[in-house]
Amino acid sequence: MIKFKITDRYNITAFRSFMTNIVSLLAGLVVIGIIFLIVGVNPIYAISKIFTGSFGSVYGFKETITKAIPLILIGTGLALAFRAKFWNIGAEGQMLMGAILSTWVGLTFGDALPSYIIIPLIFLAGFIGGAFWGIIPAILKIKYSINEVISTLMLNYICAEILTMLIVGSWKGKTRFGYPGTDNLPDSAILGLIPGSRIHYVTLILAIICAIILCIAIYKTRFGYEARVVGDNPDAGKYAGINFLKTTLIIMAISGGLAGFAGVGEVAGIHHYLGYPASVSSGYGFTAIIVAWLAKLNPLFTIISGIFFAGILVGGDAIQISLGLPAATVEIVNGILLIFLIMGDYFLNHKITIQFSKN
Amino acid sequence: MEDIIISTLQRTMVAGTPLLLATTGEIICERSGILNLGVEGVMAIGAVVAFIVTITTGQPWLGVLVAIGAGMAISIVHAFASVTLQANQVVSGLALTMLGLGLSGMLGKPYVGRPLQIKMDDWNIPFLSDIPYLGKILFSQSPLFYIAIALAFGSWFFLERTRLGIQIRSTGENPKATETQGVNVSKLRYLSVIIGGGFSGLAGAHLSISYSNSWIEGMTAGRGWIAIALTIFALWNPGRAIWAAFLFGGIFVIQYLLQPLGISPNFLSMLPYIATLLILLLISFKDSKKLNAPAMLGEPYKRDER
Repeated sequence: MIKFKITDRYNITAFRSFMTNIVSLLAGLVVIGIIFLIVGVNPIYAISKIFTGSFGSVYGFKETITKAIPLILIGTGLALAFRAKFWNIGAEGQMLMGAILSTWVGLTFGDALPSYIIIPLIFLAGFIGGAFWGIIPAILKIKYSINEVISTLMLNYICAEILTMLIVGSWKGKTRFGYPGTDNLPDSAILGLIPGSRIHYVTLILAIICAIILCIAIYKTRFGYEARVVGDNPDAGKYAGINFLKTTLIIMAISGGLAGFAGVGEVAGIHHYLGYPASVSSGYGFTAIIVAWLAKLNPLFTIISGIFFAGILVGGDAIQISLGLPAATVEIVNGILLIFLIMGDYFLNHKITIQFSKN
Repeated sequence: MEDIIISTLQRTMVAGTPLLLATTGEIICERSGILNLGVEGVMAIGAVVAFIVTITTGQPWLGVLVAIGAGMAISIVHAFASVTLQANQVVSGLALTMLGLGLSGMLGKPYVGRPLQIKMDDWNIPFLSDIPYLGKILFSQSPLFYIAIALAFGSWFFLERTRLGIQIRSTGENPKATETQGVNVSKLRYLSVIIGGGFSGLAGAHLSISYSNSWIEGMTAGRGWIAIALTIFALWNPGRAIWAAFLFGGIFVIQYLLQPLGISPNFLSMLPYIATLLILLLISFKDSKKLNAPAMLGEPYKRDER
């Protein structure tokens, strides 16, 4: 008879953690392949096309890096929030609020100011917008114990409607010929690109710097320690005199603010004007949840996992075009990979030994 | 004016039905201690599956049954992750929502914009539907409306009065003590998650083959998330869920009533989401002991080694 004996694993090495992720992703890809097979698509072709489309060509790789920028920024912020067990599902809304405020600053002051003043200003505005939208659920949770998953989600919907209200209403641009959307930002407020690509390098550098700073903050500072205690052992935190409201507010200001940065990048680097919410946020706020999880909530690793998932987004676009698959395909891929990643955690945290006994 | 009030109230019942179904399902699930954030995704699956089956076979009731089955089947993913693998229930539920929304978009793509010829007919309850005012509002509705109310009452009875229901509740309160009574906690939690999934699937079916008669991607529009909030607002009691769901049905409908007054349609679309935050704020002023939340909600249960 075969018996499975399950025991807890206490010393988890970085290598084992990495390998578990790889195996989980591969297992997820197998299931995705089966789904492709069911809908009548050659799975090997489709999956290889996802990766050749994103990492296999210069054009694809440039697009991958472009899409990695918001994912790294948001994923880094989510890694911090999730460590404190604050389930911020509202990065979409925080990103949009950042985009709204920075567009306003860009349109209002952009003409009069040179780039080296206006660009820091729009990033600051983006951070403030995102932080503001992130602080609301933090207050609601700590002061009124309102579940943050629901409040952040509701705030996503609310922010999307606010944005739409603006672009079909008072902010509608004269140059849009009646279509919703603001006018283009003035040239001074537009981010430079790496020639021949859509990579707005200022935001990319900002994303990497933020990831590094946050990594140091989490592992080396008192604030990072408090954030972890708030998440792992709130009771101990209360005895230790940690101010939950203050810590949570800071965490969510950063988490929302980084999403706001991502919103600035999309508006000032890619679109150059504020359009429909779906085109601004493009689901990055949700994809970044998986980015943070794959990075094991380590901000530094979100750089790698952000690039990986940006690749899946770009490759997903590629198979949509070449195989005629719907846009929702990427969501399926993301959902399944996330399920396998959390399932993998079980095998990381538990040791399973198979025992054979004579019976 | 009279007509407007009657039709508003009638549509309130229609809009509240999927909310009631999804909320009742989530209550059963959460009572067992498992938080399922996958409602939105499972509803989307139910909606698309019901639509596809109805449009291809011409049988709305077959569509309903298949939607319930599909909702149950996909919920097993969450049950497996959160019960067997003791995974983080927040993340697992989110993954289920992503998967459900994605699968529904993929399956439904060929059906976008195709109107349903055979809709589910409304039932006029004999005699009762002739009552002035009330008859039109309450007794000539979609069959799923009656089913939703019956299921809510039934679930209340099930959870409060039956042996199995009480075992499910005690599983959510104190799994360890429940297990010493010889109850299989894992089995009950699987059962509750799967039942909840069936309810969500049914709620989705109502959206696509009764509420409207077409399928569009994202037609669940956050209703699954609102149902999770209503679960809290209803204090995990299916009886209270009835009026909570129809209150929200009213908020969905009031948008159309206010639109001619020149209020921004985007502002009106915000109302259900703002109202969700408001009711959670309202409930937070209640004494937390009276909130009735399952004590072990969201906590994985680990059996001791024996």
